[in-house]
Amino acid sequence: MREDISKISKWGLGLVFLAALLVLPQVLSYSQREIAVLLVINVLLVASYRLMTLTGEWSLGHVVIMGVGAYASALFAKRLGVPVPVSMFLGASTAGLAAAVLSFPLFRMKGFYFLIGSFAAGEVIRLVWKYFSTPFGGPKGIKLIPGFPDIGPISMFEPENYYYLCLAVVSLSLFILYRIEQSRIGLTFHAIHWQDKLAESVGVGTFRYRMLAFVLASFFAGLSGALYAHYIGTINPTRFDVEEMVFVLIWAIVGGTNTFFGPIIGVVALTIINEIILRSLGFDSARPMIYGALLILSVLFLPKGLEGVVQKAGRIFKARKAPEPTVRREQNA
Amino acid sequence: MSQPILEVCDLCRSFGGLKAVHNLNFAVEPQTIHGLIGPNGAGKTTTFNVISGFYAPSSGKVVYQGRDVSGMKTSKLAEIGLIRTFQGTTLFQEFSVIDNVRIGCHNSARSGFFSRITGMDRAVETAALDKAHELLAFFGLSEIANEPAASLPHGHQRALGMAVALAADPKIILLDEPFTGMNPDETARMMELVRDVRRRGITVMLVEHDMKAVMGLCDVITVMNFGSRLVEGTPDAVRNDPKVIEAYLGRAIDAA
Repeated sequence: MREDISKISKWGLGLVFLAALLVLPQVLSYSQREIAVLLVINVLLVASYRLMTLTGEWSLGHVVIMGVGAYASALFAKRLGVPVPVSMFLGASTAGLAAAVLSFPLFRMKGFYFLIGSFAAGEVIRLVWKYFSTPFGGPKGIKLIPGFPDIGPISMFEPENYYYLCLAVVSLSLFILYRIEQSRIGLTFHAIHWQDKLAESVGVGTFRYRMLAFVLASFFAGLSGALYAHYIGTINPTRFDVEEMVFVLIWAIVGGTNTFFGPIIGVVALTIINEIILRSLGFDSARPMIYGALLILSVLFLPKGLEGVVQKAGRIFKARKAPEPTVRREQNA
Repeated sequence: MSQPILEVCDLCRSFGGLKAVHNLNFAVEPQTIHGLIGPNGAGKTTTFNVISGFYAPSSGKVVYQGRDVSGMKTSKLAEIGLIRTFQGTTLFQEFSVIDNVRIGCHNSARSGFFSRITGMDRAVETAALDKAHELLAFFGLSEIANEPAASLPHGHQRALGMAVALAADPKIILLDEPFTGMNPDETARMMELVRDVRRRGITVMLVEHDMKAVMGLCDVITVMNFGSRLVEGTPDAVRNDPKVIEAYLGRAIDAA
């Protein structure tokens, strides 16, 4: 009986949330709608990053991989005339393929060495973009990328409409990412994180699973890059540099990586702080400093990230109505 | 005599100039409990690591069920039924007890990527869960199936380690010091569990320092010293062998 009520309230909460997401563009200004589009894209970026971290490896190349998806999708559409929806999928697949190839050198390393290795691999890719003017456009990148085709009378140039497109694509992607994590694949990723030797001893091919996590995360990062490229219309190597990667890390760490929703909470909260508070107060140039301060503060005072705060609030809320349920396994990084 | 399930032929493994294992030979008969003992540094653990694929042999062969498996990867060996356990309490400490055993079911719960996402893997997952519960019952851990593994007392953690290994459907199981750090009660219980494992038709090979347990449990014992086989035989034969006593205690003339 109590289960039923909590199930209904969960569904109700979900519906309210969905309605809010759908109404959101209507209450925002034009420029805020543009930010909302980028936010939805970044949600996919950081959620895919979390999948990667499940195996215990933190990469510094994730934004570059997003760039691989963006470049590939832009080139497929512009040079080969592939329809944009198809080129987006091809771009994401290219990012996945790049990850599969990079797995062979990178997964010879673990932990800190993997971190540095992934950074180096990312820089190599960025240098390739910079060095080769054809087809990558050199330091100036690619301009005049074809936009998403209009659907009937709906113009995809409008941020409002593109927001709904991104919302649909990202929601589907998040659903798939969530299902992966909840399935045995996710359990195996965790197992490799905590005891790779023991996992190996019962038949888990750890290299294959690390590669799988990397390829899947890269596919969805590439998809977010493709969504970005065909919206903004121009991309260059600097857009995907390590500074952007640091922002992804801050989103993930401030949000917390123990739960699926932690990094998403992080990116949403920091974007709101960034756009609404900083920009409207005119502190825009202080963004890196404020982000850095927020990172330090959250590491000091919120070691479990914002998700920990949400969980705590949820427990207090529940404790008023029902006895506290047993806590599921904690996954501290 | 039947074909041995596991055979080690002229096995060598050196680390730089150190010959940890040197021309080692022994054979494990099916359905037996085979002990591997020796003084510290005799090369027992290295032998285990070579057999289970953690190291490749420098030379020599490991033959499993008539097939040369030297240098094969640990996960591949696990797929064909050669499973090892680890010293100490190597578990997925952050997982619940049941999830530990569920991971152990990796081989029997294979399924495609698409069916994982769509939930079409339910049949294999239900089977894996049933198997996990059956194994927990076998080791007397059913009551605590949903506790985090880290909260278990030492003896239960060791039993859980065996449950994880058994979930992978071994034909032969290599136990690395299963009795370390146990009190006499826990040791006695563990010995009973090892016998139960053999009763399931699984061959057991173990490295152990607890002589009482080894002597009480094993059908055959191989004694190693300086990386080679010193003596092999029944517990009684090994116990009274002057070479074994010398290896462990030194020669009478040294003591005098």
